[in-house]
Amino acid sequence: MRAIEFRDVAFSYGEGGFRIPKLNFSAEEGEFVAILGHNGSGKSTLARLANRLLEPDSGEIRVFDTVLDEKNVYDVRRRVGVVFQNPDNQTVASIVEDDVAFGAENVGLPREEIGRRIDFALAAVDMSEYRHAMISRLSGGQKQRVAIAGVLALKPDIMILDESTAMLDPRGRKEICDVVDRLNREEKITVILITHFMEEALLADRAVVMNRGEIVMEGTPSEIFSRHEELLTYNLALPRIGEISQRLREGGMSVSDTLDIEKLAEEIAACVS
Amino acid sequence: MKEVAFGQYYPVDSFVHRLDPRFKLFFLVAFIAAIFVATNFYGLLVCAGVLVFVILFSRIPAGKVLRAVRGVLFLALFATLIHVFFYAGETVYWSYGIICISREGLISSAFLILRLALLVVCSSMLTYTTTPVALTDGIEAIFHVHVIARIMSIALRMIPSLMEETERVKNAQKARGADFESGNLFKRVKAFVPILIPLLLSAFRIAEDLGDAMESRCYVGGKKRTKYKKLCFSWRDLLGMVVACALVAGVVLLRIYVGATL
Repeated sequence: MRAIEFRDVAFSYGEGGFRIPKLNFSAEEGEFVAILGHNGSGKSTLARLANRLLEPDSGEIRVFDTVLDEKNVYDVRRRVGVVFQNPDNQTVASIVEDDVAFGAENVGLPREEIGRRIDFALAAVDMSEYRHAMISRLSGGQKQRVAIAGVLALKPDIMILDESTAMLDPRGRKEICDVVDRLNREEKITVILITHFMEEALLADRAVVMNRGEIVMEGTPSEIFSRHEELLTYNLALPRIGEISQRLREGGMSVSDTLDIEKLAEEIAACVS
Repeated sequence: MKEVAFGQYYPVDSFVHRLDPRFKLFFLVAFIAAIFVATNFYGLLVCAGVLVFVILFSRIPAGKVLRAVRGVLFLALFATLIHVFFYAGETVYWSYGIICISREGLISSAFLILRLALLVVCSSMLTYTTTPVALTDGIEAIFHVHVIARIMSIALRMIPSLMEETERVKNAQKARGADFESGNLFKRVKAFVPILIPLLLSAFRIAEDLGDAMESRCYVGGKKRTKYKKLCFSWRDLLGMVVACALVAGVVLLRIYVGATL
């Protein structure tokens, strides 16, 4: 079943502003989709349209069977959770558990249920021991995991990460990727990961490249990354591993066009011996 | 990051931390009333004594408490100097032109400084020992206005973010040759304009981000909302209530029987 679908969606930020001319995009239930694109390609706008922080000019957006309109915004936001970019600007409370409870309180859940949801959400992001900690004293990666927990407490079916790793250090990025990957596999949450780090796209089942408000490439991550010339025209580079294998080939080594580190290492070893 | 004193929750588990936020707000009001009802030093001394007990029971380190006073030190000194020099008292010790130092001036400045210090310490004890969420719940329970309470708690929660942002902007401007340390007062104040404007812009950006994040998590204001943490009045609050009432009564009695110092 389709978890989310954009049908002929058009949107503009007003005269002369950024514009999405016509967007068709969908994600299946339980799928992990990466959306790639350089700055201003429209990927964050897509996230905002998906839970109606922005309203499309025309076309329709469906979340499972529901067509988004102003009446069902509230229900749709329960099903589509968005984690934003800046770890400092999306927590409401000072204490971890208070912040995780925020969403669950907003939808009017009973107290005991909120408690259970906090347990679940913090365990899912591996932050249970920080339940009573001050958010301002956590690292960027930890703050972002709290933000994910805050979204998880609403038990969403779809989770959109809008460049949620962009402001983190490599360690924080890895923490988030691990958590998201696990949520997708174990909790069967549909994940849409918006990023400009090519490595992160390797986790996904499918990658989509956006440019100027349009989808210009689509396929499995390895398919996408095998078309490096085309990627370059959209100002995107290969993941480090792809770049290495490409350079080795240019230098005359017979390695395949792979994004698998183990495989490449074996091939290099075979060439050298 | 710079340590911010005022308005920041200090996470330890103590008697005062466990008090109901509604009671703590009540206590603060009673305490402020007591400070202003007191017209002699005995009254203020009683207030100070109670406050010392509050601090001891809250397990907040003394350094933290003093730091709260440091924040208003400049204001206090300024007000005191004006008071010392321009108070028209009867027992004049020294005078020159319109400036005169009198016994009454000195006493009244001592009052001023004591009152200010007690006020600041007591208010910061509230925010040291109460999380913004608890404070929101408390204010909401008393006034039944969710929005105002929410605004206040977010303002408190935003203090560290804005301090960090200020530091960032300041460093960025310094790196480009801005000078905040030299020149006369006027020049220094003027040098802050290039900090204020970017800071204002980022404050708007932070507000917008936070608004999006709150809306995404189904926030629509106070309606339909439930609460994870329930407020409950316990024996601790009852005990505190007795202390607060005794304090006000004591100060009133001192005012009646001992009379005003001035």
